Amino acid sequence: MPTKVPTSGGVRAQPGKRNPRARIVIEGNRGIKVVQAVTVVRPAEVLYRFWRNVPNLMQVIHHDATIIALSPDETRWKVSAPAGRTVEWDALIINDEPGRMIAWRSRDGASVAHAGSVRFDPAPGDEGTEVTVALEYDPPAGKLGAAIAKLTRDSARSQVYDALRRFKALLEAGEIPTTEGQPAGGSRRERKGS
Amino acid sequence: MQALVWMGKKNVEVQTVDDPKILNPRDCIVRITSTAICGSDIHLFNGYIPTLEKGDILGHEFMGEVVETGPEVRRIRVGDRVVVPFTISCGQCIHCRRQQFAACDNTNPNWHLPETLMGFPVAGMFGYAHLTGGYAGGQAQYARVPHADVGLLKIENDLPDEKLLFLSDIFPTGYMAAENCDIVPGRSVVAVWGCGPVGQFAIRCAYLLGAAKVIAIDAVPERRKLAEAGGALTIDSGGDVMEELKALTGGRGPDASIDAVGLEAHGSAFDDIKQALKLETDRPYVLRQVLRCTRKAGNVSIPGVYGGFVDKIPMGAAMNKGLTLKMGQTHMQKYMPPLLKLIEEGRIDPSFVITHRLPLSQAAEAYPLFVEKRDQCIKVVLDPAG
Repeated sequence: MPTKVPTSGGVRAQPGKRNPRARIVIEGNRGIKVVQAVTVVRPAEVLYRFWRNVPNLMQVIHHDATIIALSPDETRWKVSAPAGRTVEWDALIINDEPGRMIAWRSRDGASVAHAGSVRFDPAPGDEGTEVTVALEYDPPAGKLGAAIAKLTRDSARSQVYDALRRFKALLEAGEIPTTEGQPAGGSRRERKGS
Repeated sequence: MQALVWMGKKNVEVQTVDDPKILNPRDCIVRITSTAICGSDIHLFNGYIPTLEKGDILGHEFMGEVVETGPEVRRIRVGDRVVVPFTISCGQCIHCRRQQFAACDNTNPNWHLPETLMGFPVAGMFGYAHLTGGYAGGQAQYARVPHADVGLLKIENDLPDEKLLFLSDIFPTGYMAAENCDIVPGRSVVAVWGCGPVGQFAIRCAYLLGAAKVIAIDAVPERRKLAEAGGALTIDSGGDVMEELKALTGGRGPDASIDAVGLEAHGSAFDDIKQALKLETDRPYVLRQVLRCTRKAGNVSIPGVYGGFVDKIPMGAAMNKGLTLKMGQTHMQKYMPPLLKLIEEGRIDPSFVITHRLPLSQAAEAYPLFVEKRDQCIKVVLDPAG
């Protein structure tokens, strides 16, 4: 178990570096919500089982995140944040309806109060499953909280969207599309994928 | 390997680049035996398609032999002779299941770019800017083809490459353009703007679908001549197109119109200036004329490529006349097998459109030849072995 810094929770500021973004005032921005959805042409039960498995989730979540299963119902998330920070929280599953939905929240007292759910609903006309992820963050006040708020505003939506895109591609097409490692001309020997 | 690389606006070079590798389990590697320059490559060459990058390998009309397959490839085998469709499709998403292959959900790794510009990501394509995935193209000696089992058309006859190569894009594209006209056999009059390669196929496909008359519009005499060889009546686009179309249709106008020109139409100084000043990305001169000239309650089919934004589109004409507009990148995998059959039955020989055959090593010279329509150039085929 990593040692937690009590005042900053899971957020570690790098000593000697000031983050200009941390000056943003947080009032009025609390309770950031992100809702993203994707339709996957696979049965809800298959999608649910994939989601319930931590190594599977790691394949579709952003590269800079680590998820550790602490118990069947509890996971530790470490997500890199701007300015070399890492945001860390433990998520506890509070509602688990196989083939229907999973809901979780951070433990009481976490620096990043956080709750989320993923729902699996049949798409109209029996054409796959609508997968809807809803996340809510309630960052703490103060500079660190402001940094988190900035982080979430900027990237939570796109990180969830990216994860859902990868999830859909993996479950439907069997693989996540890439061009990383393909040939290119010009001054580069190889192009890196976008 | 050797490949044609885009180095900037109106600047392409044949360079030595790395050979492609298998990157995903459903990929295969094709050794290219024939490849072509497409009309849409003109838009890339001239820098009108956003998100093309220096170093990108162009080309999306190619065929060859499979030399390597990924571990999850089942249908396609090493040694297969194949035509590669220009669009990449997963075969599993809801669009692929509805045969809307160019709308595939799962093959564009750069989903953020088209989502911002168009609302939703479209399918990945070869050699066609990063908006459509940034996949290295086929004006090269080898290419990596994702989802090989879904995309590749296996060839089991011994017809020469040049009769089969255009199954990779322009024949299906011309066919879908004609199909989108909802032709009533024996009755429909179809007008085709642009007698480039896609227009030429659209003319022939409109007749295959039963059009009573096809009228083709272009400024270039040799292109009109080739359209006439396909059975079309022709109009010089430099004249009064509306008057001439009315004269040829008993005053009604065409039942359906095909815009096989797209974003680089000529004829309007207004659009040249706006495009140069970046006030609009596309020059929709032909599209305006199409919307005006099509008869009431007619169909408009747009295979011509548009990349971004257009100005002064006569929506009033389109709405009040009750036009139906159909368009899109071609749903390749839907059309390739039936069109291969037409070739095998001898009902069409797509090689009619070829005017120039050059080695890949001369591809950089072939571009300006094609773009500027020099030497009566209509279609260039490149030999990667050369």
